[in-house]
Amino acid sequence: MNAALGMTRGEPGKRDRMLVTPEGLALPLTVGSRGNRAGALLLDLTFIVIGVIVFFVVLGAIGFGVFDLANTTNANPVLELIIVLIILFMFLARYGYFLWFELGPRGATPGKRLLGLRVAARDGGRLTAEMVIARNLVRDVEVFLPLFFLFGGGGQGGIAGLAAFFWLAVFVTFPFFNKDALRAGDLVAGTWVVEAQSAKLKEAMSLAPDRSTDYRFGAEELSVYGEHELQVLEKVLRQNQPEALRDVADAITAKIGWQLGRGDEREFLGAFYAALRGHLESGMRFGKRKRDKHS
Amino acid sequence: MALPFFRSAEIEPPADIEAASLRSDRFRLEREVDWQRLEAIVVALEKGRPGRISDEDLLDLPVLYRKTASSLAVARETSLDAATLSYLEALVRRAWFQIYGPRIGLFGWLRRFLGGGWSTSVREIWLDICISLAVMVAGTAVGWLLVARDQDWFYALVPGEMAGGRIPGADRAVLEQSLAQTENAEGLTVFAAYLFSNNTGVTIMAFALGFAFGIPTLLLLVYNTALLGAMLYVFADAGLGLDFLGWLSVHGTTELGAIMLGGAAGLHVGRTMAFPGERSILAAMQDAGIRAAQVMAGCTIMLIVAGLLEGYARQLVGDTTSRLAIGGGMLLFWAVYFAFVKRPPEHDA
Repeated sequence: MNAALGMTRGEPGKRDRMLVTPEGLALPLTVGSRGNRAGALLLDLTFIVIGVIVFFVVLGAIGFGVFDLANTTNANPVLELIIVLIILFMFLARYGYFLWFELGPRGATPGKRLLGLRVAARDGGRLTAEMVIARNLVRDVEVFLPLFFLFGGGGQGGIAGLAAFFWLAVFVTFPFFNKDALRAGDLVAGTWVVEAQSAKLKEAMSLAPDRSTDYRFGAEELSVYGEHELQVLEKVLRQNQPEALRDVADAITAKIGWQLGRGDEREFLGAFYAALRGHLESGMRFGKRKRDKHS
Repeated sequence: MALPFFRSAEIEPPADIEAASLRSDRFRLEREVDWQRLEAIVVALEKGRPGRISDEDLLDLPVLYRKTASSLAVARETSLDAATLSYLEALVRRAWFQIYGPRIGLFGWLRRFLGGGWSTSVREIWLDICISLAVMVAGTAVGWLLVARDQDWFYALVPGEMAGGRIPGADRAVLEQSLAQTENAEGLTVFAAYLFSNNTGVTIMAFALGFAFGIPTLLLLVYNTALLGAMLYVFADAGLGLDFLGWLSVHGTTELGAIMLGGAAGLHVGRTMAFPGERSILAAMQDAGIRAAQVMAGCTIMLIVAGLLEGYARQLVGDTTSRLAIGGGMLLFWAVYFAFVKRPPEHDA
């Protein structure tokens, strides 16, 4: 059938992992890609910068009024309070933002959430607050120190500057040297960042009127295909596009030597799907599985 | 009849189950109400609105989770409906994230942390604290001895802008002036906040450098305390040793304590990396990292206190005895806190 229909289940990609929950159930997880994670970080940094700018604008709007009232040049207690507020706010922006959101029920900062990522415990157990704290403390070395280093002209420090550069570079490039894209903070905290998609429950397939009396398929006709082809067929049926239905119906009828009238594709494919699935599932109950048409 | 706006709370029972011709579809139709109930609960939890979950649903949550997990296990072996399997996997994964997700927020964690989590972690890394303390004492001694033998060492150790007139052979009056209190508290708040921000950087650096088997941490500790030793010599030379100690101790007992703990946390990680023992290096690192992170989070709090003491108390309290009393009191407070505050109960852990 049509290979362009994409991946089906049961073909583990490079980033797919199996995680065993404490109940002993194997759950498939997909490790977040490095590109997505970098994107999420950039988004979060953007949010922080926007927050800081808004904070300063609001402060400025309030501040001008206050300065006019006080009208003293230096040692203004209000000004002092404002500077303290600024320093505290910067501190919160640096540490509080990530902690607050990753300790929330979604386990993800807004940037991660937008890109469909979240933090999880690597061993399948509970994600504890301590883990989140640990991974975010190390973030300081991985993100903020290199940023300050770059913008603060740390490269001019001679040998020490060069050493610091390499040291920080080790942290920054850490995710590129392990297959789970762990950064140093993930390694220390025992966490990883995985994709957190949700799926909608789609219609059951065999609710359509039963056509098994109109179309009768023999065991020989059903044994030409396996699970992979069944899943491609399911995808085609769910997408319900006339051209694709036509192509697939042609391919199947050619394979099993049937003739099919125009306009009957959907009924035929629905019946064939139900028959093939019933056939393969009854094999499954006896422990016989057929991966694809070649096996 | 419920209002249409709240219809999402109602879960439609499946269409005629018997109409499904496939056995695996009947399996699914019989159970999908439970799955959708679980999904509704998970969505409410994800949105941070557990109040929307009815008592009945909340009581059933563990059962629903296990039922759905077992449905998934059965479906994998009996059903070839890819969409249903994907749905179940996504649903169980989301439920797993919620059930095994962080159970306390930032404030809940902070409460438990201050109520014993921190002191427990500090006690657990006692060996590294001893090493860190020994290195700091040695660093101070080295700084003192170097400057005592050859005063040029002072200029090598202390950056010019930091010395600010406090150099070997400086006039006693100049040195005394630098220890004196300021007249009032104006401008000190900013100073305190600035110091805090700066010292936090040093402490976090000491921790982060621990990853190279702890060696850079040791170097950083030695360097910073050698600076202290050099300064101490300068003042002792002018006969102001005790005054300097008093001046330093106000915030120094807290701040040096924080740097010591930060260094110890870094060492702890580095040491575990080098000697993971029986466990795999990753498992050992994880334990050490989490413990060290607790200690580090506490260091931040100590540095806030140190910044306040440095900005206010030191500049406002001029007499050496009171300064020593404040410094000693803080030292005693931290020692008692770390030694005696018990581990918090685990019921909410």
